Amino acid sequence: MDIIFYIAAVIAFIATVGVVTRKNAIHALLYLVVSLLAVSVIFFVLGAPFVAALEVIVYAGAIMVLFVFAIMMLNLGKDGIAKESPFLNFGSWLIPAILCLVLLGELGYVFYFHQVGDHDLREIGPKEVSSSLFGGYVLAVELAGMLLMAGIVGAYHVGREKKREYHRYMQNLETNTEDYE
Amino acid sequence: MNEIPLNFGLILSALLFLTGLLGVLTRRNVLFMLMSVEIMFNAAGLAFVLAGAKWGQPDGQVMLIFILAMAAAEVSVGLALILQMHKMYRTADSDALNILRD
Repeated sequence: MDIIFYIAAVIAFIATVGVVTRKNAIHALLYLVVSLLAVSVIFFVLGAPFVAALEVIVYAGAIMVLFVFAIMMLNLGKDGIAKESPFLNFGSWLIPAILCLVLLGELGYVFYFHQVGDHDLREIGPKEVSSSLFGGYVLAVELAGMLLMAGIVGAYHVGREKKREYHRYMQNLETNTEDYE
Repeated sequence: MNEIPLNFGLILSALLFLTGLLGVLTRRNVLFMLMSVEIMFNAAGLAFVLAGAKWGQPDGQVMLIFILAMAAAEVSVGLALILQMHKMYRTADSDALNILRD
């Protein structure tokens, strides 16, 4: 079981680095799916089969398909890749990378000097999770339902084709816009 | 179940989170920024499940389910915003959104 955990962890990290460094959006998305699947394997090993299945179905399935549709509608293509290239040079990466490495060092320090200790892991099945979900967390479940509903309505309103309406001040301004730009 | 070094799992979670943070900081394409935010959600969920596994409680998994629901809502609205942005500016570059009017 240990070796499966380590292999999945390495795959997850490599795939995540792939997401951040790819120029082509579809390639990055496929790396993201691999990363999510690897994390799902880690969940299985940790004795959490229910959320492992949910991770595959909801994250790697539904949400990634949304991304694929959006990329298809955007039609970024070759010039999108060309536009990404200057942001992947060394200069724009250096300072953020240093900041993140410092943060990683701090986190590693905390984890190293405050040993959480190893435990015998016990499998927590769907029955226990759902009795907790609909026991103490039932209010949060309803709130999550409302959040999803708001997400649907918001996505519909934002994504709709709309006629652009200007305030009359902006309408007057619109004729002179060329002068500003 | 064998024992897994939980320190290693937490370090993996931190690594994934910081890789996502690095992505948000360096990429200018909003689509990639949204993907990096997803990576960060996922890393936080991994930390939750690890903590739940350590204490043998289901609460960590419950939190991951809530993270999934929130990520789904966030992605749907975020992608709709990106589509609108692409319709107006013909680009997915976040630097294009520099005029604070209409």
